This record gives sequence, structure tokens and C-alpha cells, in this order.
Amino acid sequence: MKSVEELLAIKNKVKGQMSVRSENEEGNVRVLVGMATCGIAAGARPVLNALVEEVAKRGLNNIYIAQTGCIGVCQYEPIVEVLEPGKEKVTYCKMTPEKAVRVVTDHLVNGQPVAEYTIGAATK
Amino acid sequence: MRELSLNILDVAQNSVSAGATRIEIDVLQDTAAHTLLIQIADNGRGMDEETVRRLPDPFYTTRTTRKVGMGVPLFKMAAEMTGGSFDIQSAVGAGTTVTAVFRTDSVDFTPLGDVESSVCALVTMNEQIDFVYTRRVDGREFVFASAEIREMLDGVPLNEPAVMTWLAEYLAEHAAAVAAPQK
Repeated sequence: MKSVEELLAIKNKVKGQMSVRSENEEGNVRVLVGMATCGIAAGARPVLNALVEEVAKRGLNNIYIAQTGCIGVCQYEPIVEVLEPGKEKVTYCKMTPEKAVRVVTDHLVNGQPVAEYTIGAATK
Repeated sequence: MRELSLNILDVAQNSVSAGATRIEIDVLQDTAAHTLLIQIADNGRGMDEETVRRLPDPFYTTRTTRKVGMGVPLFKMAAEMTGGSFDIQSAVGAGTTVTAVFRTDSVDFTPLGDVESSVCALVTMNEQIDFVYTRRVDGREFVFASAEIREMLDGVPLNEPAVMTWLAEYLAEHAAAVAAPQK
């Protein structure tokens, strides 16, 4: 069973990194997952879990994963938006856990948005 | 919705939107009676009678980005399909309580699915809200209060990926212990 001691260890580790992190706040990337009825029904929850797991596994500490509502294009859910400071927002649609992992590796780690998963590619 | 746990995630979002500071989620199962009760209670802004009355109508929504509101109607349908019941108690300023009772022996019973995954998403995505999750199967019970975890984290955000991963496993393990038949 997972224990609270493990949580305290995580807390202490993260606390140590937090002072470093807050010094360059502008480098933070926000990843938003659409979690309204449409998104949830289409499979947003496993996509969110996959994002979290991959980000945690790689120890990326400038990534903030959050949820958002319905942006009005329910037919393209699950939708994931990546907001990087100073860059145009990238909207990924019809996401799956597998696609989410690739977004983390290609886009968040290597800085190369996955063009084929974007809403621009889907609506062509 | 493929799992009731997704309905829980969805309906609880309404509590979040209602500005709740405390949301209680109860999933109470009685295997002998073949019933499952799911209750989501919040202390949000609540609704007037007219709004409550129109809520089960899929073409009623307060949103402006689209014309339908499917969350509550889908949850209600899932419960009533099994021969269960559905109820919303709400008053302006007094919060809202949504209660759905399911007959688990009905062929139309939607599997409960991974409630802990929904709870984990809700807890970690809404740092400012106190969640209390109660999972009961017959006599066995697991109660989780997010406020305790937040206190322990001492400023480290709940949506820190390492924390989220820990919480997901913590919830899953404890709920599994409740769901497993007693030895």
C-alpha cells in the first residue's frame, strides 16, 4: 500500500526544486485538457492520466497540467491545448493516451509540435 | 458514458463551476440489496426551483458555447434505466445534492468503473476545493479527505505530476481493499 511517508518524501524533493523553478516562471508551459461532458465522454480522463504519468516519469518540472471546459468543438474531443509562453497555442484533437505520450515526448520535451494531431490537420 | 465514474467526474464539475469550496462524493454499495448509491453534495451557490426543474432537459444549459447540457440528463438516465432513482436537492445559497440510486442486478446497469481515477482528477485539478470521498462496500469503508493531503504537502501543489501519480495509486489501492471480498 502507498504510504503517506512516500508523499512526504515527494513533498521534500519537490520543495527543493521549487525555489529553482520559481526563478524562471516565464518558462512554464501549461497543458489544458478539456473536461466537460463531451470531453469526458470522448475519453479525456485516460488522456489526462497519460499526460500526468509521462510528465512525472520524465521529471519535467516546468509543465502545469490543468483542466478546462468545453471550447465548443465537441466533435473533436478529447482536446488538449498546449500553451507555451511567447508561442502560438497548439490545439490537439481526438486525443488518445498514446497520442498524449507522443505530445509529451515530441512537443514538450523536444519542442516539436505534432502537426498531424492538431485541429488544423483534422479539419483539412 | 461508458462508466458511472465518468458521470461522477462530469457531474462533480458542475459543483466546481458552482463555486463550491467543499464537495462530498459518496459511492455506497450494498451487494446483498443489489443497490449502488452515488451522491455528489456541494456547498456551492445552489439553484432556484425553476433551474432544478429544467436541469434534466438536455436542451437546457446555461452555457453559451453550445446549446445542449448533457451531464445531468445522462446521469439521470443511467440511474432510471436500471429501475433506480434520481434526485436533486438544491436551494440558492445552500448548495446542491445530486443522488442517484442504481439497481446493480439490472441488465442496463452501467459498470461503476474507475471512480478513484475520477476523484484523483477532481482533487488534483481543483486545489482550492476540499473533497471528501467515501467508498463503502457493505460494511467496509474508505474515506479520503483532500484537505489532509494538502496540509501534508505544505505548499507543494496537488497538480505536481509526482503527487498526482502517488495519489492515483494511493486511492486505487485503498478502494480496492474496500471492494475486495473479506477473507
